[in-house]
Parts: sequence; C-alpha cells; structure tokens
Amino acid sequence: MVTETQPRGAAMRAARRRREHVRRLLTHLGLIAFGALMLYPLLWMLVSSIRATEQILRDPSLLPNSFVWQNYTEGWVALEHPFHHYLLNSGIVVAGSVVANLLACSMAAYAFARLEFRGKRLFFAIMLATIMLPVHVVIVPQYILFSQLDWINTFYPLIVPKLLATDSFFIFLMVQFIRGLPRDLDEAARIDGCGHIGIFVRIILPLSVPALATTAIFTFIWTWNDFFTQLVFLTDPDLYTVPLALRTFVDSTSQTSWGPLFAMSIVALGPIFGFFLAGQRYLVKGIATTGIK
Amino acid sequence: MIGLRERTRAGSDNVPSAADTQRTRRRWRGRQDTLAAGLFLGPWFIGLIFITLGPILASLYFSFTDYSLLSPPEWIGLENYQRMLEDERLHSSLGVTVVYVLVSVPLQLALALALALVLDRGVRGLPLYRSVYYLPSLLGSSVAIALLWQQMFGAEGLLNVVLSLFGVTGESWISHPDYALSTIIGLNVWTFGAPMVIFLAGLRQIPAMYYEAAAVDGAGPVRRFFQITVPLLTPIIFFNLVLQMINAFQSFTQAFIVSGGTGGPSDSTLFYTLYLYQRGFGAFDMGYASAMAWLLLVIIGGFTAVHFIASKYWVFYGD
Repeated sequence: MVTETQPRGAAMRAARRRREHVRRLLTHLGLIAFGALMLYPLLWMLVSSIRATEQILRDPSLLPNSFVWQNYTEGWVALEHPFHHYLLNSGIVVAGSVVANLLACSMAAYAFARLEFRGKRLFFAIMLATIMLPVHVVIVPQYILFSQLDWINTFYPLIVPKLLATDSFFIFLMVQFIRGLPRDLDEAARIDGCGHIGIFVRIILPLSVPALATTAIFTFIWTWNDFFTQLVFLTDPDLYTVPLALRTFVDSTSQTSWGPLFAMSIVALGPIFGFFLAGQRYLVKGIATTGIK
Repeated sequence: MIGLRERTRAGSDNVPSAADTQRTRRRWRGRQDTLAAGLFLGPWFIGLIFITLGPILASLYFSFTDYSLLSPPEWIGLENYQRMLEDERLHSSLGVTVVYVLVSVPLQLALALALALVLDRGVRGLPLYRSVYYLPSLLGSSVAIALLWQQMFGAEGLLNVVLSLFGVTGESWISHPDYALSTIIGLNVWTFGAPMVIFLAGLRQIPAMYYEAAAVDGAGPVRRFFQITVPLLTPIIFFNLVLQMINAFQSFTQAFIVSGGTGGPSDSTLFYTLYLYQRGFGAFDMGYASAMAWLLLVIIGGFTAVHFIASKYWVFYGD
C-alpha cells in the first residue's frame, strides 16, 4: 500500500508543479505580448524617425532597416525657428514652473501641516476643492486678466500662477508628507531658537526631499506636455514651445513629411522618457499614494 | 505659617505659575503662528483670489454679458444661456464628450483592474511590467503622441498598412465620422497604466490573512475574488472612477490635434472643451465661452456629486 501511494503522490505533486510552471509561463507570455502591443506604436515611431517618409507609409516592421538621419537634421530646421529655439522656450517655462511649484506649494503645505491659525479648516477645504477644478472653467477670465496686464505672449501667465501655489494638488501631496514627519524635530529646533522660517528651511525642507522630488518630476512632465494653456497664452511663433511647434509641422505643409515630424516628436518625448527612467521610484510612489496621472 | 501660605497665595496673582507661563507661551506661539501663516499662506491666498476663485466669479458675471475683449462687457442678461439652448454644435459637443467619458473610462479602468489583478499574484518582474504599462500614461497627453495617432489611423497610416498584410483595405479612420471618436477613446484606454498602479497599491493593502481564512473555510478563487477582493477594493475603484472621469471631461489635446483643431469630421470629435476653445479664443466670444465654462463646472460637479451619493450603496469602507 505504502509503496504504491508514495510514487503516485510524488507523481501528482510533480504534475501539479508542472501545471504551475505552465500557468506561470503562460502568464508571462500574455503579459509580454500585451506589453509589446502597447509599446508597438512607440517603437514604430522610433524606427520610423530614421526612415524615409515613403517607407514609413508602407513598412510596419520594427527592424531598423534604414538610417535616414536627415530626418533629424531636416526636422530641426523645418520650421520658422531651429528646433532648439522651441526646446529653449519649453525649458524656460518648465524650469520656472518647477521652481515656482516647489517654493509656493511647500510653503503653503507647511502652513496647513504645522501652523494653527483661524480659518485653517475652511482654507484647507477650499484648497482641496480647487484640486478638481478644471482649467477650462477659469481660462476665460484668466485670459481677460492677463490681457489687461499685457501678459499675453509672455511666459508670465504660465509661471506666475504657479508661484501663487495654484497647483493645489502638490500642496495636498506635501501636506500629507509633512504630517508624517515627527514634530519632535520642530520642538528641538524651536528650543534651539529657530522661528517658523528656520524650522521650515532647516528641518522640513531637507526632510521633504522625496515629496519635493515627486512634485518636481510631475510638474516637469505635465508642463512639458501641456498644450492647452500654452496654446491660449502663446500665439507669437517666436514664443512657441515644443508642443506648439510640433503642431505647426502638420499645418505648414499640405503633405505631411512624417519622417522629420517623427524625428522631432522623438526629440520632444525624450526628456519625459529620461525623467521616467530617472525618477521611476518617485513616480510610482507618487501615483500610488495620491492617484495622479 | 499661615502668613507665609497667605503670602504665597497672594503672590500667585503677580508671579506667573507654571500653567500661566505655558498659557502665555501658547498665546505667544499662537500669535507667531498667525503671523507665519500670513507669510507662508500669503502667495496661496493671492492665487486663490486672483487666479482661482476670482476668475470663477468673474466668469459668472461675464456669462451674462456680450464681451469680445475689444469693447467693455455689455450686460445682456440670460441671452448667452438662451443661445446655448438652441446651439446644436453645443449639444453635439456635449453628446460627444459624454460618450467619450462613459465609454473610455470604464474600458480603461477594466483593463487597469484586470492587469493589476494578474500582476498582483506574485508575478516575477513586476516592476518591469509595471513600468512598461505605465509609460503610455506619461506620454499620452502629449502632442507628439496625438500626432502619432493621427498618422496611425490616417488613410496611409500604420493600421491600414498592417490590415493590408491580411488583405483588408482600410479607410481613413480619423476622417470617418463613425470611427474618429473611437481612435481617441483608444488613446485614452491606452493610458490605463496610472489607474493600474493605484489598483496595485490598493491590492497590496488587502491583508493576506483574509484570503487564508477564506481558503480554510473552503472558499474557491472565484468566491474569494467576489467576497474579499472586490468589496475591499471598492474605495479604490471609486477613487479611480471619479478621478478618471474628471480627467476625461477635460480632454482637449488629442481631439484638437487629431482633428486639426476643427473637431471634425462633421463635429464627431468636437469635445466640449474644444468647442469652448473655439468660441472663446477663435471667435473671442468671451461671454458665451464663460457661460459654457459655468455649464462645464455644473456638469462635472453634478457627475461627481452623483458618484458620491451612489457610492454609499456600493463602496465598502471597512466595518
């Protein structure tokens, strides 16, 4: 009896293990196939950026089988200004936005997380409510305001609101983070003679680096990708940012030259991809804790 | 003795006791806090008045005026709203937007949840898969991707090249009124990675203990899924639903780029935001655009409120 069941049990266990292996293999195959499908358009755009436009229109493969580097050199100078002009404009807007958000949102977050003052609850509720406010609701009066200040076709409408902590989403993110920091450190600093500014600069900011990094990365990506507000406030081609410039590729020629367009699209997506690789840890943690895109 | 005690008691009026000192210190700190709050919250408050709250109220005023930026606003009462009632492009843009939201968000979330469930079962290489699936979420709102979409679904686009390998001749999907919106819905579904990451984080929160206990009680995988995973995940589902819906209502770039700013063919991709842009910044009809902005605020607010009310019946917040 015993000698009979033993091998049978072992065989069953082996069979189950084999089945488990197959199941796992199939899962991986499925996940890889799906991932490949997702990335296929991106990779195709990448290889197409070094193909001649006629070939782009008939070659769906991902093999880098031709090397038309002229797409990049042609695309770079195809528009009114060389492409680095637009990269620089985008760079100014993005750098200004990142600095402004870091400064203004961390200050407001310190007030909400650490200070006691009258009306705090009400202000906090208002701040939370403005997170969900669509930009389209306020864009018309903002446009009227900025046109009266003569700020249309300057970068001010894109940066100054951020300096006034209107990206309340990041305030919320940092409030949550600062609340998790031990208050003992504040007390110790206070005993050592620090005021609120001292505590903020010497204790809270250095400890909030992860939240600041998340804020910086998302501000970078969102501002770099932003099209709507830049479209509204920048109509002078000299001030065009990368998204506005890319769009004129299609407008300016009747027959779209996809080669140079794809080449410049790759250039436009490059910084985001770079930040994605460098800041993955913060990105994933950021979305997981707060639910942003 | 008595005299001494009396003196001490009398002294307590002048000499501050420990409790008094603490109170004064707290009061002093309270004043410090208020001062500091003025400093730290000052920029935010100015922003609230001039960039957020003020403009909302201002646009309510402008919505009752005829205003083209060139001459001062002229009060016309409810005329803008009456025009909205008769504006067929507005109605069709509302329809397009609602279809887009109601189709793309559930599809996107279903895909996100399905993949999160697969990945949550201890798949090796999880960080890599997660990154690959998440990448489109970062790129999806960019002009570059919208242009890629325009190529892919054009007459000579990638999709038709692939279809021709199977002997199928496709048409220009983006210039066909029946299909153009679907391509943009597809683009939104493609960015399912962000809600997926949130689902994954939510699944991690469910204690393994529950599953073990249920397994001991003889619950199979299907039963465990519906009795444990789904109820405990409902707050996350709710959160994703509200978030993605509000996002979807605000979609602009993809429709703008794919249709070349027109919302065509025959207004099939004329999103509400796109029409608002055309009225406000194409025609400079600021009064009408303000009225549209208010309607958008009311619609999004209404949708969100309905979700919160309905959530009482299906979202499970622990015991």
